[in-house]
Amino acid sequence: MSTLGTVTRRTFLVGTAVIGGAAIFGTYTVARPHANPLELDLPDGAVAFNPWIKIDGETITLITPHADIGQGVQHMQAMLLAEELDLDLDQFETDAGMPSAAYWNEAFAAEASEILSALVPLPATALHAVLMPVLKVTGLQGTGGSTSAPDTYVKLRTAAASARETLKLAASRVHGVPVGDLRTESGAVVLPDDTRVRYQDLAVAAAEIEPVQNVTLRTPDEWRFIGQQTGRIDMAAKCTGTAVYGIDLREDGMVHATPVTNPRRGPMLDYDATEALTVPGVRKVVEITNGVAVVADTTWAAFKGARAMRFDWGPAPYHADQAQHWEEAEASFTEERFEAVWRNDGDVDTEIGARADVEVAYRVPYVAHQPLEPLNALVTVTDDEIVVRGGHQQPTQVRVVLAGVTGHTPEQVTFHNQQSGGSFGHRLEFENLRLGVEVANQMRGTPVKLTYSREEDFIQDFPRHLAVARGRGAVRNGRVTAIDMDVAGAPVLASQMARAGIPIGGPDSQITAGVFTAPYGNLENFRVRGYAVPNLAPTSSWRAVGASYGGYLIETFVDELIHAAGADPVEERLRMIDDPISHQVLEACAEMAGWGKPRADNRFAGVALVHSFGVPVAEIVEVEATERGIKLHTVWVVADAGTVIDPVNIENLIQGGVIWGLGHAMNSELTYRDGMAEQTNYHAAEGMRLYQCPEIHVRTLENNPHIRGIGEPPTPPAFPALGNAIFAATGQRLREMPFNKAVNFV
Amino acid sequence: MQLTVNGTYHDVDVEGDTPLLWVLRDHLGLTGTKYGCGIAQCGACTVHIDGIAVRSCQVAVDTLEGAEVVTIEGLSQEDNLHPVAQAWIETQVAQCGYCQSGQIMQAASMLENDPTPSNETIDAVMSGNLCRCGTYPRIRAAIRLAQTKMGG
Repeated sequence: MSTLGTVTRRTFLVGTAVIGGAAIFGTYTVARPHANPLELDLPDGAVAFNPWIKIDGETITLITPHADIGQGVQHMQAMLLAEELDLDLDQFETDAGMPSAAYWNEAFAAEASEILSALVPLPATALHAVLMPVLKVTGLQGTGGSTSAPDTYVKLRTAAASARETLKLAASRVHGVPVGDLRTESGAVVLPDDTRVRYQDLAVAAAEIEPVQNVTLRTPDEWRFIGQQTGRIDMAAKCTGTAVYGIDLREDGMVHATPVTNPRRGPMLDYDATEALTVPGVRKVVEITNGVAVVADTTWAAFKGARAMRFDWGPAPYHADQAQHWEEAEASFTEERFEAVWRNDGDVDTEIGARADVEVAYRVPYVAHQPLEPLNALVTVTDDEIVVRGGHQQPTQVRVVLAGVTGHTPEQVTFHNQQSGGSFGHRLEFENLRLGVEVANQMRGTPVKLTYSREEDFIQDFPRHLAVARGRGAVRNGRVTAIDMDVAGAPVLASQMARAGIPIGGPDSQITAGVFTAPYGNLENFRVRGYAVPNLAPTSSWRAVGASYGGYLIETFVDELIHAAGADPVEERLRMIDDPISHQVLEACAEMAGWGKPRADNRFAGVALVHSFGVPVAEIVEVEATERGIKLHTVWVVADAGTVIDPVNIENLIQGGVIWGLGHAMNSELTYRDGMAEQTNYHAAEGMRLYQCPEIHVRTLENNPHIRGIGEPPTPPAFPALGNAIFAATGQRLREMPFNKAVNFV
Repeated sequence: MQLTVNGTYHDVDVEGDTPLLWVLRDHLGLTGTKYGCGIAQCGACTVHIDGIAVRSCQVAVDTLEGAEVVTIEGLSQEDNLHPVAQAWIETQVAQCGYCQSGQIMQAASMLENDPTPSNETIDAVMSGNLCRCGTYPRIRAAIRLAQTKMGG
């Protein structure tokens, strides 16, 4: 049996998760298209060319099934469709659509095959060919892993081109004009005499025609939107208070509820609702998993009632105190906890020998997600149906998970996805929707709006996983010659996927992600090993997942080795890089930042380059060591995610990703005491504030042959670039986050 | 309880200690003002009370008799966007957008009081408004654009 056969028989990958279970499908199963969900309730006079485009006599509706969590994918999806459909950006409505396998995410295969290729002796391209049909049949609709752009870039334009050509064919038949004489423009088919026929007026005729499938996509010189400055279609609403998020939804007859669940995530042993029930507006208190929900006439009454509750909470199913979490992690570099060798170039043992030139340890904490919109859900349960409104990144899995709560079938779950006030991975979890269903199931027929307090949201956050690492390395003749890095971390994917109802097995790629993906192919000896730490708190994907700390581990260690070798941090990295795309990114960044040239008084720079989600990003951070502490002045960033779809949004996302990294590097961690999270609001984990924000200069290159996403890759280099800059300024090496444990920030 | 919001007088049946934030959102249906933290740490709930930017999660409704409350919905008139909102749109500030009502209300109040704020003033005044997406570079740029639009 070939290795590939073994792998596909035992496991397959979705996103970055190794999913257990046999997965060999017949050719017919793979070739068969998923049903178009728009056909299910398509009224007379309307046409749905494919799962993304619906036109009736009045309205053109574009379905944007990737969840908008702030990253702008509603606009991007609509813009890609409008590009080929020849629509102006004010000529259509958008709709998140219903959860459907038709919206399965093709791009999960790219990331997964790159990860799997680290473990099996096969190229990513071969693995990709195996994974694609598996993903298709599984039909997982998901937003995450920076996949929205690669998933939709060709798919949506092709869908729109198909609709366009079908509309032309319809116009040809209705008006008796050869299709070759027709063109499209601003939502209309234009006849040779310049008569404009609105798409809406062709819907009935188009519905009679099998959609044209053999289409040619526009060439870049014909693009009107891609690569151009287009105002985001959601911008005006977000700047006038009219944008509606899940937390803003209302329904007739709705009651408000807020959950209070065991802050140790264990069982609720006892509770006393006497005082809570005296709070004006509180209707009742209902039991839910590990706690209660206070049901009231208003959100405020529910919050007040929640504060008046008394509880006896059971113990945590993980170590009670933070020190034990660290001890457990430190004790995990053992044979039993060893998972995989993720990279093994050359022979590190021989090169390093008995005594490493540099041998250091690092640790990275849990960190909370805490997007600004608190978790919420609007749920109605009846005997026949569960109707849920909220923001979520995995709509098809929402139906499966929620059906399991009540005994309804997944088909009886209707989920209306909402734009979210941020996520950073928080809305990959299901607890808010589950608890909303638990409450509504006890009040069948009544719409229940569940709103988390910020404190409950913090306490119940499944944080970014904790990890510790050991680096051993060798330097010789002014060069880095060997890196051996062992990382022991909480198995985040097993934790997260268990709650998603997706069984997984195999080594967890997110313990070492960002480390083993370093583009240092010219480093002769390079080994990365992963170890899984048990008994830690439940964790979940946090912007950039494993790479969010993996980049810090490898790029801080590389910086330490380069310093020991006496080499230049940019020059030596350039020597170690074998990937031309990454090489150009770092060169461009160094040039932008004036690397090697004299800096202003007391200004010092640090550099980092991290390859994550298929995107190399280089960052150079300039800091000043003042008497009051470290001041962040300027960041230069260069990223290459291939063709730039939206030059404004990509700059905004890159700046935001850098700020996310810098802010959490400076001041954020989540720690446990007596089994409870110690940080319960933003005063204790603030991230970055405006006064600390440096100038951030962004350049995007387009040498990457693959179009990739940009939501996550700019975050990982921010941590080490800042730490390396602080080292340059102070001589102090920051081997633990957050950095404010060791230095003050101005 | 009586209060005036965006020029309209309201008499609402709520407990006097109810924060203005929840009166706006749950009783008056003005959901543009956001709940973020409940303890004046994030600024998402910022409104104007008699022209001053205030965290509405900290203001009990029974203190508002005779006061003029303006929310994000009342800052711009139909077809007549407030210059700060206009600058925010032109600068393409928002990502998730959840904090931006509060950011805009805070910036509008700042520019009203100080039409030509220094960088230090902007840093000091705007740092109580948390943006988790990290739109700060664009917020700074949009404030300067709004300043120009307002003749500052």
